[in-house]
Amino acid sequence: MNTTAKPSKYLKGATGDWEIVVGMEIHAQVTSHSKLFSGASTAFGGEQNSHVSLVDAAMPGMLPVINEECVKQAIRTGLGLRAQINHRSVFDRKNYFYPDLPQGYQISQFKDPIVGEGEVIVDVTPTEQIIVGIERLHLEQDAGKSLHDQSPNESFVDLNRSGVALMEIVSKPDIRSAEEARAYVSKLRTILRYLGTCDGNMEEGSLRADVNVSVRRPGGPLGTRCEIKNVNSIRFIGQAVEVEARRQIAIIEDGGKIDQETRLFDPGKGETRAMRSKEEAHDYRYFPDPDLLPLEFDQAYVDALASGLPELPDDKRARFIKEYGLPPYDAGVLVMERESADYFEEVARGRDAKISANWVINELFGRLNKEGKTIATSPVSAKQLGAIVDLISANTISGKIAKDLFEIVWSEGGDPNAIVEQRGMKQVTDTGAIEKAVDEIIAANPDKVEQAKAKPTMLGWFVGQVMKQTGGKANPQSVNDLLKQKLGI
Amino acid sequence: MMSDLTKLSLAEARDAVASKKVSSVELTKAHIDAIEKARGLNAFIVETPEKALDMAKASDARIASGKACPLEGLPLGIKDLYATQGVHMQACSHILDGFKPPYESTVTSQLWRDGAVMLGKLNMDEFAMGSSNETSYYGPVASPWLPPGWDADKGRSALKGDKKGLLVPGGSSGGSSAAVAAHLCLGATATDTGGSIRQPAAFTGTVGIKPTYGRCSRWGVAAFASSLDQAGPIARNVRDCAIMLRSMAGYDPKDSTSVNAPVPDYEKAVGASIKGKKIGIPKEYRIDGMPAEIEALWQQGIEWLRAAGAEIVDISLPHTKTALPAYYIVAPAEASSNLARYDGVRYGLRVPGKDISSMYENTRAEGFGREVRRRIMIGTYVLSAGYYDAYYVRAQKIRTLIKRDFELAYQDGIDAILTPATPSAAFGIGEKGSGDPVEMYLNDVFTVTVNMAGLPGLAVPGGLSASGLPLGLQLIGRPFEEETLFSVAEVIEQAAGRMSLPKAWW
Repeated sequence: MNTTAKPSKYLKGATGDWEIVVGMEIHAQVTSHSKLFSGASTAFGGEQNSHVSLVDAAMPGMLPVINEECVKQAIRTGLGLRAQINHRSVFDRKNYFYPDLPQGYQISQFKDPIVGEGEVIVDVTPTEQIIVGIERLHLEQDAGKSLHDQSPNESFVDLNRSGVALMEIVSKPDIRSAEEARAYVSKLRTILRYLGTCDGNMEEGSLRADVNVSVRRPGGPLGTRCEIKNVNSIRFIGQAVEVEARRQIAIIEDGGKIDQETRLFDPGKGETRAMRSKEEAHDYRYFPDPDLLPLEFDQAYVDALASGLPELPDDKRARFIKEYGLPPYDAGVLVMERESADYFEEVARGRDAKISANWVINELFGRLNKEGKTIATSPVSAKQLGAIVDLISANTISGKIAKDLFEIVWSEGGDPNAIVEQRGMKQVTDTGAIEKAVDEIIAANPDKVEQAKAKPTMLGWFVGQVMKQTGGKANPQSVNDLLKQKLGI
Repeated sequence: MMSDLTKLSLAEARDAVASKKVSSVELTKAHIDAIEKARGLNAFIVETPEKALDMAKASDARIASGKACPLEGLPLGIKDLYATQGVHMQACSHILDGFKPPYESTVTSQLWRDGAVMLGKLNMDEFAMGSSNETSYYGPVASPWLPPGWDADKGRSALKGDKKGLLVPGGSSGGSSAAVAAHLCLGATATDTGGSIRQPAAFTGTVGIKPTYGRCSRWGVAAFASSLDQAGPIARNVRDCAIMLRSMAGYDPKDSTSVNAPVPDYEKAVGASIKGKKIGIPKEYRIDGMPAEIEALWQQGIEWLRAAGAEIVDISLPHTKTALPAYYIVAPAEASSNLARYDGVRYGLRVPGKDISSMYENTRAEGFGREVRRRIMIGTYVLSAGYYDAYYVRAQKIRTLIKRDFELAYQDGIDAILTPATPSAAFGIGEKGSGDPVEMYLNDVFTVTVNMAGLPGLAVPGGLSASGLPLGLQLIGRPFEEETLFSVAEVIEQAAGRMSLPKAWW
C-alpha cells in the first residue's frame, strides 16, 4: 500500500504535487436463481414485493438457510482473484434499523470472511499493468428498496432485493489515479463476467462501488480518507475520484483538514457531498448469527470448483499473444469480454490470426459500438466474418472490397462467398486486364509519368486511377508491380 | 362415557380414543368446557373451540377408517410463541397486535400431522422473557395451586381482582404449566431458553422436558435467544411427555441448527430399568441459602435412584456459578437483535411518529413491556463497541467452559445428572422482581447451565414443600439421550407417587 505512483499520475496543486490513494469496496450481486438465505427468486424487474419469502420479510420465527450455489459462486470468484479460500467462515449480524432492512440486521461476514487476500492484474493502458491487492471477499444480504416517490406523505418499501446475495470485494488502497480506479473496476467486472458469478450490470445495480479516496504528498504518509458511497458506473467512479481528490487538495492547501466522512457523488453537478460524519457512524454491534452454523468445506470441494473454472482473461490474453502472435494491445481488447474472445477464436481458427484480429477489432467492434450493439447481438456471425477473411486471404477480394462486403453482410446477411459471386466483386488477378488499364492510364497522363519518375510517391496516384478504372477489383499488389515496372521506378 | 375425561392422562386418553371408548369430539368438548370454566386463571389467551371440534371430528373419522396417528384426537394447548396458521400469535406482546401468521411452525405442524387437536393459545411471559408469567401483555396467569392457607373463596375473589397473592405458575411457559396442571388440556407445547419449561413444570407439579439443542425445529417459533431456545412439552407425567416429544422432535431443513438424527420412540424408554446407570450429583448446585426442604428433596431423589439400582457419583461442574451471569449476557444480546424486526413497518403494532425514527421509537416503547425493553437495552449494551469483548466475548468463553464441565463428567461415564429444578417452591404474584430484576433471574440458577451447554433437561415432581406446594427435581442428560432422562424420571415419578393435582376451585 505504500507503492508510490509514477510522477505522471500526480495531481498538481498550488503548493506542489499530490498523490491520490484509492481503495474500493465493490458490491457484486451473485448470479444465482434464489436469494442467499431464502428460496425467493432474484429476477430483476419483477412487480414490487413479488419476490419476497417469509424469511425475506422477517416474519416472526423465520430462519435463514444458506443457499449453496451462492457459496460456490463466492469460492469461484475467490479463485478468479487468486485469493486465499477460507475453509471455515462465519456469518455475522450487522445490526441497524432501516425500513428496507426487515430483520433489523443484515447477515454479513465480519471477522471470518469466505475469501481472504488475493490480487487483480489491472490493465491501465495497453502497455501499463498494475497489481491491485484484494483484502477480502465476503458474502452478505442486499437490502430492499425504499420508495419515496409514490405518495406525498408516506414512503413505501419494495423487498424484491431484500436478501439477494452480494459479494463485497474489498481492495487494498493500491490505486493511484482515477484512470487506475476505472481500470480496476473494469478488470474486476471482466473477471466476474468470465466466471459467471456476477453479470456486472451496473445499470441494474448488480455492481456498485464504495470508493475510498485520500490524498498525500508523493510517497508521504496516508491522508484521511473519505468514502464515496454507491457509485454506479465506471465513468462516474473515475469522475468521483478526480473531483474528490481535487476537493481534498483544495482544503489542505487552504490550511484546512479532511474530516473522515461518508460522501455521495452527484454526477449532475460533478461534485461530492457530505452524507454523514464519522461521529454519526453506526455502531453495528456485529456478532455471529446464532441461526447459522459456521460455513465449512474441505479442499476437495474447492478443487472441484477450481477444475470447472473457465480460462480467465489474463491467461487468455497471454495465450493469444503466444499462440496467435497478437500484439498485447489487440490481445487485451479481445479478452475484455469472454464472448468477444470466443468470437475471435472462432474467426481465427485455421485462418490468419492477425487479419482475423484486425477485422474483429477494427471493423466488427467499431461497427458494434457505433450501433450500440454487443457481440451477442452482432448481425455478422463469426462464421460469416471468417468467410470474409478467407476471401481476403485467397486474394479473391481486395481489402477495400472486403469492407463493402462486410457492409452487405451486416445489413443484408447472407453467405459472403455467394454474395461475391453474385455481385461480381471478385478481384481481377488477370494480369492482361490489369496491364491494359495500366497502359491506358500511362498513355493518358504523360505529364504525371514525368513527375512520378522524379517523385516515386506519385505511384499512389496511378494506383488510385487503375483501381478506379477496374472498379476496385484489381489486385493492388499486381497493380503496384506493373506500374513500377512500366514507370521504371 | 367416563365421568371426567379431563382427568385422563394423555396416554390414557390416547388408548381410550384409539379403542373407541371415547370419541375425540367428546374428549375435546370436555376440555373446551374446562377451559371456559377456568378463564379466571388466564392460562388460555385465545380459545379455538371451533377449530378444535373440526380437528376432533376429522380425528374421529380417521379412527373410524382405521388410520389413526400417534396423537390422534388428543387436545393440546399451544404456547403463544408458536406460529399457528391463521390463528393469533403474539408471543404475548403488544407489539404483535393482531398478528395472525400465514404459516404454521414445524413443531405444531408435526403435532397436527400426528392427529393432535388444538384448543387454543397459551399465556406466557412476553417473548418468553420472565420466570413467573407476569410480563405477559395479557396479564399474569394464576397457578391452580392455592397459596398455603387459602381457601377456594379467597382464591376465587383474588382471580376476579388483580390476582395478587395467588401463586405464579412459573415462566415463561406459565400458561402451559397452569393449563396442564388445571386439566385444561392433555399436554401443552412450551419453550425453554433458560428454564422456561422446567421451572414452570416444577412450580405446578407437572413434567417438562427441554430436549437437546437441535432436537426440535425452531422454525415458526418466535425467537428469544436463538442459540438457547428449544421447544419441548409440558404434560402431567413422564410418559405423556415422552409421547409428545416424539411428535415434536425431528430434523427440519428449514432450521440450520436442527440436527439430522433419527427420533426414537421415547415412550419405550419409560419404565426401562436404570440399574447400573451412573447418576452424577454436582456439588456446585448446593448453593448458599438453599432451603432445607430443597436439600431434603434432592437427597430423597438420590435415595430413590440408588434404590432402583443406579450408581450415585459425586461430581464437580466447577463453572456452574458463572452460568447465570453469562446467560444474562448471551440471551439479551441475541434478543436485542432478534427483536429488531418488530419495528412497526410490516406487521403488528405501529404507533405513528413525525418521521421514521420516531415511529420506531414510539412503536417499540409502547409495544414492548418493561422486562423486554430492559433486556433489549442490556443486549444492545453488551454488543456495543468497546464493551463487546468485556461482556459478550467473555460470556461466550464461559459458555465453552460450562459445556466442557459437562463433557468431562460424561466422559467419566456419567449417564445423567440429578439436581433440584428450582431454588424454591412457587411464589406469589407480585411478590418478586419489582425492585430488583435479579431476584427474579435467580429462579433460573439451576436450569440455565443446561441451555448454555445445549443439553437435554427434564423436570419431574419430587414431592411437596412443608407448605404443601410442589417441588421438582431436574435431570440433565447427554446430548440426544433424552431416553435416559425418561427412564430415570419414571423411577422418580413411581417412587414419589403421581402428583395429586389441585381440584378445581376456580
